[in-house]
Amino acid sequence: MSNIGTDRVKRGMAEMQKGGVIMDVVNAEQAKIAEEAGAVAVMALERVPADIRAAGGVARMADPTIVEEVMNAVSIPVMAKARIGHIVEARVLEAMGVDYIDESEVLTPADDLYHINKRDYTVPFVCGCRNLGEAVRRIGEGASMLRTKGEPGTGNIVEAVRHMREVQKQIKEVSNMAEDELMVYAKENGASYEVLLDIRESGRLPVVNFAAGGIATPADAALMMQLGADGVFVGSGIFKSDQPEKFAKSIVEATTHYDDYELIGKLSKGLGTAMPGIEMSTLTDTDRMQDRSE
Amino acid sequence: MLKIGVLGLQGAFREHKQSIEACGHEALIIKKKEQLQEVDGLILPGGESTTMRRLIERYDFFEALQQFGQSGKPIFGTCAGLILLATNIQGQDDAHLKLMDMVVARNAFGRQRESFETKLNIKGVTDDFEAVFIRAPYIAEVKEDTEVLATYDGKIVAAQQKHYLAAAFHPELTDDHHLVQYFIEMVKKYKLKLAAH
Repeated sequence: MSNIGTDRVKRGMAEMQKGGVIMDVVNAEQAKIAEEAGAVAVMALERVPADIRAAGGVARMADPTIVEEVMNAVSIPVMAKARIGHIVEARVLEAMGVDYIDESEVLTPADDLYHINKRDYTVPFVCGCRNLGEAVRRIGEGASMLRTKGEPGTGNIVEAVRHMREVQKQIKEVSNMAEDELMVYAKENGASYEVLLDIRESGRLPVVNFAAGGIATPADAALMMQLGADGVFVGSGIFKSDQPEKFAKSIVEATTHYDDYELIGKLSKGLGTAMPGIEMSTLTDTDRMQDRSE
Repeated sequence: MLKIGVLGLQGAFREHKQSIEACGHEALIIKKKEQLQEVDGLILPGGESTTMRRLIERYDFFEALQQFGQSGKPIFGTCAGLILLATNIQGQDDAHLKLMDMVVARNAFGRQRESFETKLNIKGVTDDFEAVFIRAPYIAEVKEDTEVLATYDGKIVAAQQKHYLAAAFHPELTDDHHLVQYFIEMVKKYKLKLAAH
């Protein structure tokens, strides 16, 4: 007797990614560079977030041809993005055998109210969060892994830092709450009391939490690890830089040895120009991908 | 009390550390090769084997790990760790550490959607081990001096050859410490043996 798609199998998959870097790629060639650099997984996309931002319009699930091409090119796990609430995009990716689905605010949401009920699927999901309320709601819907939303495609780390700090701060607050206080917290945050109880007992989230959205340098990756991230997603940062191969390797190493400053210094030398960044205040409300869901 | 190392380059090393500690021994997360000298046995954790291999090479761990095994100190590889231990990998020209005589097949049960959990009978350990298989490998061939400890669906998923122990699943994802305890007994035995030499 064996069981597929259990919480342990889905969450366990993310546990194996810990301490690693997941890289956005748009074709087989980039996927191979990522694998060679030591990425623990790749995210197969039609366009990296910076290009989605530049193109505007509606961003959807990638063309399955691209996802397939990437799946055939590498032996590490392949993730792909579905629009928030888009049950069918998610089912298509699951049927294709994608290893993890990112229900992502980087794409234009298909449902402005409901996220996908991720418990229905055999394939695990990762979702973004800005705070503990969002984190617990996504876990309640069946997310097996979380990541900060940050502000994708900006090369600006400030939002990812804000979201990681916020989640960590709120975990500490919850850890000190009595059960009656926790119930009110659950009510105010629309978050499952049971999941909150679990967090209070263990002092941590029941699933892995990666950093994402704005990581552009090895030092950015190390910063997020020091703030408590279990690993990092690098989207536009790598293939928008001057030397993607070198950049990718450096980010992997900085993530493993996030407290070895001499090494990070060495890794940061001669990397060329990082992706051009965007200052948050220049974004309009509609530019802010992180506010597309809650 | 024994000191067991867990290779901490990537993957689920923290869980292994907790397992070792739950068994009443000291655990050390190994990030630098020099730390290997401090431990009596080593666990190669689950994670991504390709990533671990890259980091092993970049940090000059390769020979240090091989020497560790060749000196007679026990190594326990789980999932990706099992792949690192193997002398042969199906479909690949080269393998990694080549310490344990076996042919392994990577991602042999399929992709993530085929990942599963099941109860396993592990010889000499327990008959109802909750085994979690994630994009798991299996052992396709072993040598005569290797003891097969568990099979699933006719495939070898746990085996021991002298001081090397390998499991295709993830004992670190459950609270069942029987297999880690079994490894600790191996470390004890080989420590006495090495001391006698």
